[in-house]
Amino acid sequence: MRKACLDSVYELAKSDERIFFIGSDLGIGTLKQFKQEMPERFFMEGVSEANVIGMAAGFALEGKIVYANTIATFITRRCFEQVALDLCLHNLKVRLIGNGGGLVYAPLGPTHLAIEDIAIFRALPHMTILAPADANEMRRMMPLTVDHPGPIYIRLAKGGDPIVTNENGPFQIGKAFLMREGTDALIVSCGVMLVRALDAADCLRAKGLNTAVLHMPTVKPLDTTALLDSADRVPVIVSVEEHTTIGGLGSAVAEVLAEANFRKVKRFKRIGIPDAFPDQYGTQDSLMARYSISSEAICRTVAELAGEAESPIGHS
Amino acid sequence: MRTAPTSIKTLPINTTPLDQRSRQLRRQIVKTIKTANRGHLGSAFSLVEILRVLYDDVLKYDASNPRWPGRDRCILSKGHGCLALYALLADKGFFPQGELWKFCKSDGILGGHPEFGKVPGVEASTGSLGHGLSIGIGMALNARYEKSSSRVFVVTSDGESNEGSVWEAALCAGKHKLENLIVLVDYNKQQSYGTTYEVLDLEPLTDKWRAFGFGVREVDGHSMSELLAALRQTPFEPGKPSIIICHTIKGKGVSFVENNLNWHHKTKISDEEEGLLLAELER
Repeated sequence: MRKACLDSVYELAKSDERIFFIGSDLGIGTLKQFKQEMPERFFMEGVSEANVIGMAAGFALEGKIVYANTIATFITRRCFEQVALDLCLHNLKVRLIGNGGGLVYAPLGPTHLAIEDIAIFRALPHMTILAPADANEMRRMMPLTVDHPGPIYIRLAKGGDPIVTNENGPFQIGKAFLMREGTDALIVSCGVMLVRALDAADCLRAKGLNTAVLHMPTVKPLDTTALLDSADRVPVIVSVEEHTTIGGLGSAVAEVLAEANFRKVKRFKRIGIPDAFPDQYGTQDSLMARYSISSEAICRTVAELAGEAESPIGHS
Repeated sequence: MRTAPTSIKTLPINTTPLDQRSRQLRRQIVKTIKTANRGHLGSAFSLVEILRVLYDDVLKYDASNPRWPGRDRCILSKGHGCLALYALLADKGFFPQGELWKFCKSDGILGGHPEFGKVPGVEASTGSLGHGLSIGIGMALNARYEKSSSRVFVVTSDGESNEGSVWEAALCAGKHKLENLIVLVDYNKQQSYGTTYEVLDLEPLTDKWRAFGFGVREVDGHSMSELLAALRQTPFEPGKPSIIICHTIKGKGVSFVENNLNWHHKTKISDEEEGLLLAELER
């Protein structure tokens, strides 16, 4: 997915002279061709995130479209005020590409995990947040980022993530995609959680629960119409994210559901990382297993909530 | 070991007389601040000649077409000095003088810090310190890419130079050898809590900027002739960005405001105080 993203930046820049690239201190060889062929639009500015964002704002104030890339946690936490003021307040076309969204850098520990990146940026006016599911979706999404108004945060996964979306499928910034229909339950996911959501839906189908899957690659602005349309049809809704349950997709979904005032009571649960700094290393998958972010856990949670929904005793 | 001379640790003295225009701009600032009864008066007074020389004698601009692509860019990175900027922009016709009487009012465009998109002539929203230089670098690199003769001027403060982001930007400007970038530091040696020497010493400041790859000059920041002479010599060194350390006095122009931290930011100005301020500036 990371390769698809950066390859797209290169391809887009070849045909659009407004496109500039600024990296911090990325791995050797990153966007080598871009640098060779368009050196005057390629910048590598060192471990200085605040300056990178300010500089990107300067270019964008002059009408350029800047793709800025570094590790997700540094592009969100380290230069938050530059993002808030230089980019969001000015409403500029700067695209922040965050490597290793979520638990990707598990072996590197909590300084490198981006598990509240979406929460941080969701609070900023004008910011668009994109978390595509795989490289296919990334390729379809990137051309749409060029002329989209205002700043964008693009959350990258590890790379080599399973392909679950269609090569020629539709993509629109701000739109959710119903990947699976169902009337018994709804799983809402973003980013690479889609594959787990789809696996869980298969597992639930085997248990006799027809489960819909709504993929929300645009976390902000959230496609509330699609969410409410899907949520309205089912008694059970579960959100899944590789992110703390505070402030991310699950919170966004909860906010919409809470204000929907459905006539029938719904069961709802957020699956995600608890409010803690992960205390283990290991791998992205092992940390996800630790926090029960797996298709089995989703399947179990949905089934339990569905059982409650059938029972007259509960919170209703 | 090199130590700064004792004298540099004391409050600065500056006896440069202010001419009629400098006093008139300060009177305008006093009247503007009185409409809101709040604002950074001392910070604006220390900045008047720096901005005046830019807008009167140096910058290329068209007040009737503030976004003219061929203009020079000027970013007031010490956004809290905006009262001086507003006085000059109004004077030059970027917006009607009447806007000054709506300073900080809900129906006005002029706030306690300048905002891009609201105030014609303001190139970037500033107020939080340490942002303007990086933005200016992006603009200067863009001018180079476009082969434009436009230059970028960034006005910073001494307190602002406490921010690490200023020094990230300094490294970057030096690396890119931005001859079209000129920084002016309003070095009045006072920040909110006390002198810069007490709060977070910047000395030796010229050596620091030189070490970061800048051509450096020091001037009396209230002397129009010194400021202009320095600006006319930019770039000071080939292949380097330029910085002018402007030695100034916080509150310059009014005896009881000069070097008086009670006037750094005022939230109430009595009619009597306004009268005293204007009386000194009439002389």
